[in-house]
Amino acid sequence: MKLKLPKITVWRAIFAVILLSGLYATCLRVLYGLGGATNLSDRFPWGLWIGFDVLCGVGLAAGGFTLVAIVHIFNIERYKPILRPAILTAFLGYSLVVVALLYDLGRPDRIWHPLIMWNPHSVMFEVAWCVTLYTTVLFLEFIPVVFEKFGWHKPLGWIHNISVPLMIAGVLLSTLHQSSLGSLYLIVPEKLYPLWYSPILPLLFYISAIAVGLSMTIFESWHSSRAFGRALELPLLASMARVLAVLMSAYLWIRFLDLAHQHAFPLLLRNRTETWLFALEIALMAVPTALLYQRKVRMSPGALYACAVMVLFGFIANRLNVAVTGMEAGSGAHYIPKWTEVAVTLSIVGAGFAIFRVIAQYFPIFEAHSQQHAPRKMAETEADSVAVG
Amino acid sequence: MSRAILYDSTLCIGCKACEGGCAERWGLPYDDKIAAEERISAHKLTAVETHGERYSRRLCMHYAEPTCASVCPVGALQKTSLGPVVYDAEKCMGCRYCLQACPFQVPTYEWNKRLPKMRKCDMCYERQNQGKQTACAEVCPTGATKNGERDQLLAEARQRIAEKPGQYYGKIYGVKEVGGTSVLFLSAVPFEQIGLRTNVPMEALPDLTWRVLDLTPDIVSTGSVLLGGIWWITNRRGEVARKEGPRK
Repeated sequence: MKLKLPKITVWRAIFAVILLSGLYATCLRVLYGLGGATNLSDRFPWGLWIGFDVLCGVGLAAGGFTLVAIVHIFNIERYKPILRPAILTAFLGYSLVVVALLYDLGRPDRIWHPLIMWNPHSVMFEVAWCVTLYTTVLFLEFIPVVFEKFGWHKPLGWIHNISVPLMIAGVLLSTLHQSSLGSLYLIVPEKLYPLWYSPILPLLFYISAIAVGLSMTIFESWHSSRAFGRALELPLLASMARVLAVLMSAYLWIRFLDLAHQHAFPLLLRNRTETWLFALEIALMAVPTALLYQRKVRMSPGALYACAVMVLFGFIANRLNVAVTGMEAGSGAHYIPKWTEVAVTLSIVGAGFAIFRVIAQYFPIFEAHSQQHAPRKMAETEADSVAVG
Repeated sequence: MSRAILYDSTLCIGCKACEGGCAERWGLPYDDKIAAEERISAHKLTAVETHGERYSRRLCMHYAEPTCASVCPVGALQKTSLGPVVYDAEKCMGCRYCLQACPFQVPTYEWNKRLPKMRKCDMCYERQNQGKQTACAEVCPTGATKNGERDQLLAEARQRIAEKPGQYYGKIYGVKEVGGTSVLFLSAVPFEQIGLRTNVPMEALPDLTWRVLDLTPDIVSTGSVLLGGIWWITNRRGEVARKEGPRK
């Protein structure tokens, strides 16, 4: 066997640069503390690592519980081919959120403290417990893939025996902490800008998490189909896009009602950064929602992918607006992340993509179920335009 | 009974003796440069602010239901029965939710340390526990900062306003703010003019989250029944379909 050096491509070069800068940023974080590695301050204590890595990270991993609920609890089996990639995304997502927390916590060596030092009145306490338990659940939901790969049937049986309570627990834990990430901000009514502060923040965070979980599933199916030369599960994704459109419509309508109840509309007439970033966020969510109502868009892989990406960006804009834009005026502080913060965040995202790719290459993430669904059957359902798309 | 501080801005001459006393009690460095910083930070737990010809103090408000104690995931912050809100650095994991949540932006962080702590005024809990005055009240030359029982200080504040109505803005800051604070302010002018936050809610902030967190057991129990039920129904349907399938 000949030793082959990996081919240098543009993407690999970018990836290497990101990882190296992330590594350097990590050294700075360890040596000089949060002050040396971030632009955080007493008045602006939560920045990019909380706003993006945690709030967006957990949200983007919501496809795991959404698809588990669809496939195993509602028993809609035709979604099975995209269940495993969604669980893998979720498991990786949560693991990387924990990594990000190790950067963000002032004392990462004490990350386990909430497990033994309780304060049930704290939303953060609830989030800490839910994330810990749910990451464990995701591990157990994912591990059968490894057992299958090595043909270990005994442990596979054990997991199978507890799978139903495990899945129900997973959905409940997700419901609790996805909404609780919104509850984190209930306590800052005088700091968070009224376009984002709402007593129903937990509900809004929950619905948008489910929606972005679906978008993320479409996103990763599209990418993996290109990376591994698989056929895209278009009919499945198209019918999921239908659900996404309805969910996003409901979400946007609730946002509208909420702003109306809070008499926040006059704020939209002010020429402020908040107004424009709010408009951007809403546009990124409303445009794909409107587009997805058209069959043409849903059945075109490119357009469907573009819509999913827009929803992802709309979601990220929303979380960053809550965590950063909306908190600036009320805190009397201006925050722009330092390059080190961006480098760490990009490295974590990059590592996520790379690990996903490696696992998908060596473990039965995609093939296992697509074998069950013969290609001919897929083609049939694709033609059945009433049932799908 | 609970201990409190009454700060009378009309008596304050801006000598910053309280800052020096506070630094000494914490063993923090204090010099002209630090005295010139009009902002609380991890090395300056109380600060005298200049607002035109008037002065105001910044320090932890030690209110009845503290936001910081409610949000702290590890319970490192506690409201004591004596009055002060105290901090246990050994528990703290540095999530900084207390900094984020405090409506007065009081907690500060040791940003540049490798093993950082949160820092804030603890109303000299140890000293008061031994029957001593807070360091800031003890060194105040004019009596602008006074330490005592909250009820008595409140009565005294009302008396001062009643005796010299022309000298005071007729209200006491801290009676109702965020449900009642243990640091009370008197001023000659409306409070926002001496840098106090007047947009804080008049109710205790922890209620805002508790309303939602309180639903957790309901969500878990109802959710388990509902999801379990849905699984049972849909799964049964699948079983029936599988069994009946070959017969068709």
